[in-house]
Amino acid sequence: MERIPILRMGDYLIVTIQVDMHDRVVTTLQDDLTSMIAANGSHGVLIDISCLDIVDSFVGRMIGNIAAMSHVLDAETVVVGMRPAVAITLVELGLSLTGVRTALNVEKGMALLRAATRGRLLEDGDGRDQE
Amino acid sequence: MDVTKNDSMEIRLSDHVVLVRQAVRKWATDLGFSLVDQTKMITAASELARNTLDYGGGGTVRLELVKQGPRNGLRLTFEDQGPGIPDLEKALTDGYTTGRGMGMGLSGSKRLVNEFEIVSRVGEGTRVTITRWK
Ligand SMILES: Nc1ncnc2c1ncn2[C@@H]1O[C@H](COP(=O)(O)OP(=O)(O)OP(=O)(O)O)[C@@H](O)[C@H]1O
Ligand SMILES: [Mg+2]
Repeated sequence: MERIPILRMGDYLIVTIQVDMHDRVVTTLQDDLTSMIAANGSHGVLIDISCLDIVDSFVGRMIGNIAAMSHVLDAETVVVGMRPAVAITLVELGLSLTGVRTALNVEKGMALLRAATRGRLLEDGDGRDQE
Repeated sequence: MDVTKNDSMEIRLSDHVVLVRQAVRKWATDLGFSLVDQTKMITAASELARNTLDYGGGGTVRLELVKQGPRNGLRLTFEDQGPGIPDLEKALTDGYTTGRGMGMGLSGSKRLVNEFEIVSRVGEGTRVTITRWK
């Protein structure tokens, strides 16, 4: 089955959605991300949606779920690259994506992740020192 | 109102929802819709196609280019022979769902288009017609 690749970069996981996903691909991505956060102890997830020309309630729900689950697993989620037309449509559709951090592009998103997870990286470092 | 072009597609599989989005994208672009209007129409189509599949047990969508005086528009009619909707007012309320959704599909897509009509009879099926003018 078609799958969205997840890249691991140090403490972070990076996903670039490049296709119009059908619903099962969306659900699989959500499951894959959750298991990878847990398996790698990742502190941040960056989802690049700059290629998506629409976000409907299904994809919106997936993004919300990923943010909620990563929060429980002590990781932060940032969504980057949402197109202006998509943002306008999402608001009118009634999805607010509350609790989801957003940034204009990958660079700004990474900076946001670093700032948000700095404390945790230090904690991990301390943990290692004590071993 | 004149119909200058029409086509019909099946919605029986989850892949068909993707195909419906692609077709609506093509029709809306050909009509010269602005980027925001295209995005709204494709998003509404995606919501309604998924409802047709998930709740209506599958059905069809008819795409029509419509002309009324000087105005051109895109009209989509989603139809299924599923269980129907017992309480339309409830179904059209933000946040109301009988499934695992967010209950934003019907109410949200209504906000994304210029005209929205829904006819549903319990035990017979549901038909939703949306129009967006250029
Ligand atoms: N074609 C249909 N046939 C039967 N019932 C329907 C149909 N479309 C919608 N419904 C009913 O109306 C409710 C609201 O639909 P709506 O699309 O607003 O929300 P949802 O599909 O439950 O969630 P979301 O679209 O946010 O993922 C559905 O939960 C379902 O009970
Ligand atoms: Mg729905």
